[in-house]
Amino acid sequence: MQTLAFFVLTVLAVGSAAVVVGPWVKNQVLCALALAFNLVSLAGFFFLLDAQFIAFLQVIVYAGAIMVLILFVLMLLNVQDERRLAAARPFQRWLGPAAAVAFALIVVAAVRSGGGALRYPQPSAGYGTVRALGLELFTRFFYPFEAISLLLVVAMIGAVLLAKRRL
Amino acid sequence: MAFGPQSVLAVSAVLFALGVLGVLLRRGAILILMSVEIMLNAANLAFVSFARQHDHAEGQIYVFFVITLAAAEAAVGLAIVIALFRLRGSTDVDELSLLKW
Amino acid sequence: MSDLTFDLIGSATKILVVVNGLMATVAGMTWVERRLSGVMQFRWGPNRVGWFGLLQPIADGIKFAWKEDVTPAEAYKPLHTLAPALAMIPALCAFAVVPFGPPIELFGRAIDLVIVDLDGGILFALAASSLGVYGIVCAGWSSRSKYALIGGLRSSAQMVSYELALALSLIGVLLVSGTLRPTEIVERQAGWFWNWNVFGGWQLLGFLIFVVAGYAETNRLPFDMPEAESELVAGYHTEYSSMKFSMFFMAEYVNMITASGLAVTLFLGGYQLGVPLPLDGWPLALLQVGAFAAKVGLFLVLFVWVRWTLPRFRYDQLMNLGWKRLFPLALANLMLTAGLVAFDVIG
Repeated sequence: MQTLAFFVLTVLAVGSAAVVVGPWVKNQVLCALALAFNLVSLAGFFFLLDAQFIAFLQVIVYAGAIMVLILFVLMLLNVQDERRLAAARPFQRWLGPAAAVAFALIVVAAVRSGGGALRYPQPSAGYGTVRALGLELFTRFFYPFEAISLLLVVAMIGAVLLAKRRL
Repeated sequence: MAFGPQSVLAVSAVLFALGVLGVLLRRGAILILMSVEIMLNAANLAFVSFARQHDHAEGQIYVFFVITLAAAEAAVGLAIVIALFRLRGSTDVDELSLLKW
Repeated sequence: MSDLTFDLIGSATKILVVVNGLMATVAGMTWVERRLSGVMQFRWGPNRVGWFGLLQPIADGIKFAWKEDVTPAEAYKPLHTLAPALAMIPALCAFAVVPFGPPIELFGRAIDLVIVDLDGGILFALAASSLGVYGIVCAGWSSRSKYALIGGLRSSAQMVSYELALALSLIGVLLVSGTLRPTEIVERQAGWFWNWNVFGGWQLLGFLIFVVAGYAETNRLPFDMPEAESELVAGYHTEYSSMKFSMFFMAEYVNMITASGLAVTLFLGGYQLGVPLPLDGWPLALLQVGAFAAKVGLFLVLFVWVRWTLPRFRYDQLMNLGWKRLFPLALANLMLTAGLVAFDVIG
């Protein structure tokens, strides 16, 4: 049952990422919606791996806020369909996919040969719950937590300033 | 369950490769940003897989921070895209060629 | 009967009951809205179809089903057709974590009267309401019409802005209850009605913020600028007719019911009666389900009441309220509650 879910989610995630990345869909809003679908299928992966809080966070923050922001900008700027290059740039055009494929193969080979486990062990009770994450976050990762809230303030100020018409 | 860490990491690698492809091949600025988001998500998947493998919440904390950082980066990146759009009238990155030789 | 089949049949039955109940309540709400608005505006509501106009929802349903479905030629058809479903599905899903009754004994096994008792149930409700934005965005964009696009963008900006205040006002309740499980939150409000989170949990401010943010989330007056007739024709559902339009309509009512259900669960004691009665088992369970229904009904009447009382906010006033007033208020409520919990006054 879980293997079936894993296969379905893999197909959905890789398929929607391919739609975002590939040349089949030129309309940028549709690519953004495909990315939202990808994010939700990744949340499905997180559920499958017992990371409940992270899965909810992914849906609420990533799919529910960041993607809506991207969709906003796309719709407000009325971005046109992406124009493909008239002149072919053969070297760059084939270097990109080759590098990406090489990277994927290297990573898969590294994982398979590096003694990676074949099965997941049973998680401890309370794994992935809000309580477990909260305990870690507010004890061991307290300083990064405060630092990232500072980063968010800086990002907010930066975003508002950059998008202003007149300073 | 019958799938293991290797399968999940393979999926993560494939997603990351797709993200790299997107950054290299796409012309719209926002599409490039979206490809970067795909890469970040692939890294998140790898983190969650490792956290589950070692039964420790640390990997999930990193995912928490990555998601927050992605939000901040998307906000600032989109603000830059808006500023560029005001200048150029389009989000095409090939038009940003003032510093080219 | 094995455990798995019992669980499956139990879940299927609960889902059937809840979805049918929601749809029936939506139909009833259309009648309540029109009659109650008539009462408030000193006119008759619908009173032609059936006794007191009670068959009006059925007449409306037949009308919607038989109307011609007009799709604009320029519209992007796949998304245009998908958008009502995208609006409806999260609305229905969000009700899955709301407990509408106490655990009851049936065939020797205990079943919770909630469709799924998630450990992070409140997060699930928030996630579902976050996903509800996509139906509106897709509807607004795929209609290729300026009213629809602007209405869709305004509506989604409003929903995203008020999600912040909504979530922050929830956290006060989470601090007091110490858990994210809706069933446990309701259990902790047992006993007399001053145990409810809004009174004994000192969450009155949180409750008010939640209700206001709930009105904004469901695009109801005074926050319905995105679908106001005089401003934007009909906002994101301008180009929709017949069943697709009625699906948006129903999705809005289901969102209202879910928001009411969440407010009742978190702040008003859920299915708790508020008075400890010396009853047990089935009679108590029936009374408690009735209490939940009564509380949610009260909230729905409040939705209608506020709609026909207050004028709508201008869009910049709306965003101002969400970001500059409700958000700091919710933060203040959070800090106050955190202080009270830290010094063991509550929770």
